[in-house]
Amino acid sequence: MIAEIGQLSLILALCTCALMLFIPILSIQFQNESWLRLSAPLALNQLFFACFSFVCLSLCFVFDDFSVKYVAQNSNSLLPLIYKVSAVWGAHEGSLLLWIFVLSGWTAAVAFLGANITVKFRSHVLSVLAAVSISFLLFLILTSNPFDRILPIAPEDGGDLNPLLQDFGLIVHPPLLYMGYVGLAVPFAFAVALLFSERYEKVKMSWCRPWINVSWAFLTAGITLGSWWAYYELGWGGWWFWDPVENASLMPWLVATALMHSASVSEKKGTVVSWTILLAILAFSLSLLGTFLVRSGILTSVHAFASDPERGIFLLIIFIVLVGSSLFLFALKGHHLVSKPASKGWTREFFIIMNNMLLVSITTIILIGTLYPLLSDILNLGKISVGPPYFDFFFVPTTIAIAVFMGMSVSSRWNNGNFDESLQRVVLPGFASIALGLVTVVVIDFTSSSYDFSWQALITIMVASWIVLTLCEDIVAKIRSDKLKILKNKSYLGMTLAHTGLALLILGVGLSNSYSVQSDLLMSPGKRANVAGYDFLFKELIKSDGPNYQSRKGIFEVSYNDRDQGVLIPEKRSYFSGRDIMTEAGIRTNILKDIYVSLGESVDSDSWSVRLYVKPMVRFIWIGGFLIACGGILASLNRRNVKVSSLNS
Amino acid sequence: MRKIFLIFPLILFITITIFLYKGLENDPSHLPSALIGKNLPQFELETLLDREQITDKDILLDEPFLLNVWATWCYACRLEHAMLNELATEGIIIVGLNYKDDRNLANDWLNQRGNPYLFSIFDSNGSLGFDLGVYGAPETYLVDRKGVIRHKRVGIVDEHIWLSEFQELYLSLKGQNE
Amino acid sequence: MHPIRRQRLQIVALIFLLSACAAGLVIYVLGQNANFFFTPSQILAGEYRSGSTIRVGGMVVEGSVSRPNENLQTQFTLTDGKTSLDIVYEGILPDLFAENEAAIATGVMSVSNKLIASQVLAKHDENYTPPELTETMDFIRYSDYKVQ
Repeated sequence: MIAEIGQLSLILALCTCALMLFIPILSIQFQNESWLRLSAPLALNQLFFACFSFVCLSLCFVFDDFSVKYVAQNSNSLLPLIYKVSAVWGAHEGSLLLWIFVLSGWTAAVAFLGANITVKFRSHVLSVLAAVSISFLLFLILTSNPFDRILPIAPEDGGDLNPLLQDFGLIVHPPLLYMGYVGLAVPFAFAVALLFSERYEKVKMSWCRPWINVSWAFLTAGITLGSWWAYYELGWGGWWFWDPVENASLMPWLVATALMHSASVSEKKGTVVSWTILLAILAFSLSLLGTFLVRSGILTSVHAFASDPERGIFLLIIFIVLVGSSLFLFALKGHHLVSKPASKGWTREFFIIMNNMLLVSITTIILIGTLYPLLSDILNLGKISVGPPYFDFFFVPTTIAIAVFMGMSVSSRWNNGNFDESLQRVVLPGFASIALGLVTVVVIDFTSSSYDFSWQALITIMVASWIVLTLCEDIVAKIRSDKLKILKNKSYLGMTLAHTGLALLILGVGLSNSYSVQSDLLMSPGKRANVAGYDFLFKELIKSDGPNYQSRKGIFEVSYNDRDQGVLIPEKRSYFSGRDIMTEAGIRTNILKDIYVSLGESVDSDSWSVRLYVKPMVRFIWIGGFLIACGGILASLNRRNVKVSSLNS
Repeated sequence: MRKIFLIFPLILFITITIFLYKGLENDPSHLPSALIGKNLPQFELETLLDREQITDKDILLDEPFLLNVWATWCYACRLEHAMLNELATEGIIIVGLNYKDDRNLANDWLNQRGNPYLFSIFDSNGSLGFDLGVYGAPETYLVDRKGVIRHKRVGIVDEHIWLSEFQELYLSLKGQNE
Repeated sequence: MHPIRRQRLQIVALIFLLSACAAGLVIYVLGQNANFFFTPSQILAGEYRSGSTIRVGGMVVEGSVSRPNENLQTQFTLTDGKTSLDIVYEGILPDLFAENEAAIATGVMSVSNKLIASQVLAKHDENYTPPELTETMDFIRYSDYKVQ
């Protein structure tokens, strides 16, 4: 019964969206602007129905209703309650339902937050969002209904949730990522609504900016969490694999980053408007493309969901309709958005646009690398995969260039940019960061026997300190010239926080890459091994079984120069259902260093292949990512001084 | 000049879309159809229950039948089993291919859940499965009375799949028979 | 208007030049890092470029997995049903690696016609429980069918 109610609720949500889509047209038809006021309550309705439907599916899981096919496939009665709930979005159908739930949430937020948006413009934005909702509701109901029953005879027990996914990371990672992915629909809707409006007004961009920041922040948090999850759950110490699914989330992030910055230019200066609009469309298009690539099974990846060509076609149609029509509109009406010509000289705008170009270029390069195996397959050039070196080759120099321009842009003015002045401001931070890099690397080289001199580390430290020091210089300059007010500006603080986060992230990536020490070896209980000065004693192997799996745990005692560093407990689980085997790493961390042990396989009766890792600074990657996300949220809280009078400007 | 800039994204998009569409056509799950219209591969194996020798000549039945690949380690098979029982009571002949499995576990499974199979071929090392191009369980083949494979389904056969993919073909094959 | 036009033209030319360079570089690096996928039969027929990193997929032959030394070096044989190829790998094998199951090895061919693998994958999909690696086995079988 619950399943049927959930199904009905989905259909009602679809009807609501259909109505919301046509509200602007109805208002023109009846020449009555009061129709436009209906959009907001309709958005709330949609949220209610979507939420209700989501709750229904959750209840099916909680009550073990195995007559529902999706439940039977992804849950069983032995599963702990918390995983029953998170199993709701553990596979294709449910995660799509979550997608829709989140989209409805965003739609309702657009309807009720941001008090000064005009009713008409809001209604247009909501109408575009409704179009997106309709596409995905149809997709869900027609091709991947989570409420389908297995009739006439229900199985007595279900399958199982993929053990990889029976983890805290899974409970949080997809919802956060979806908040970001789907959140990009909001700037997209603003962009399309802007294309419909006759001319560009700065105020419309300022309405849109907080949404860009928030969805971008969620996307950042989602990607960061995903990478952290891969690090401790996939068992082998990697945190980024250039897997197609990871690329699918990185590409919209990169474009959204560009969008966030160019939107600030468009709002402040009224320039590069059509570029900003294009970026807003592209960011959402890439998030749709990502959905398509992952869900259609067109690319194979660790994350791949069960593929179904019918779904692929449907998703492609959605992609064509939403992206194609918006790009068509852009081609048709883009020239209405007359913006001022770009500012001359070495202004902040110049550097931001340079970085925009770099971000879009690197996105294109990643897109090519992701789709190339597909192209080669279609053209019968053979089955290939593109290795991580391709991505690294382009990504690393681009990041360095971006960081350099970032420092320059912080040190330049919006107006009357003067190259000499900017140069003067960055001389000190520039030399300081070079010195800092050299000193740190040399000191590390001399004091520690386990680490050699590394160019990578040198460049990393220089780049990261360049970012931080230019920021510091800017803050000092602001204090000196008595512009203390701007230091309380949340937008400015958010920027500072996010840029600092990026510096930490770069530091984490670069240093953990150059200074990690890894050793794969054969160990049996009682044996010792030494990695980077750390002494690992494989004390014993114990059996310990969980509710739905058998497990072997290795007990490793770690010491450094005879000082005890604690016990690491890596684990090997084998799940009763589905013969799945899982590796859980044992990780000991202080902020500066991770010590990492994972169990491979038992080679003969008592020896095991074991991977030992000492990874310095690896935590900085996720701390950095977290700070970046916080920066985005903080910036979005900024109250913009939009006066109603400017509506007519 | 400006117009070109505005239209450029659309052109790029169209190119990528065409390419993605081609990619979909290339979908790996279309590949197994290469077996359709071919005879069942030759084999010589034992049956699950009685350990009788059985070869490809022995399963030329007078009627079209379903060849269902199953195993106890396969969770999806558990979901599918009820549907197979249902089909068996309707008089449809189903031959099992017990794939890479343990004989005792498999027999227990059939005792517990009911046996919809006329008999099951015991393919413990997956040799017949390999020749058939099985890459998992469950998979279901529709074989006509000459031993020619007429349809293949990768994944669960449920009521929807049966009605949309199998039933019509099955009835027409059965019709030819009479 | 004229100076502005000329400036614009220069910018466009510059962008064009830069993107042409970038495109060239992308194609070059892509070519360097595209790992082609082969079956043991194709390797035996010499279809690969020697010295390049390649990927080989197939089923791990029963009883072929051995560890000759006291370290982590593993040797095993991959087959596509027709021919087989010896793989040498030093490191930890993935969880789902097993005899009679599919695996993909990435590495370089040695002079003695063995693949010195830097990575071994054994992949599976939870929704469908294939005991073998879908893409690889598909590919192998598909090429078999084409021969028939």
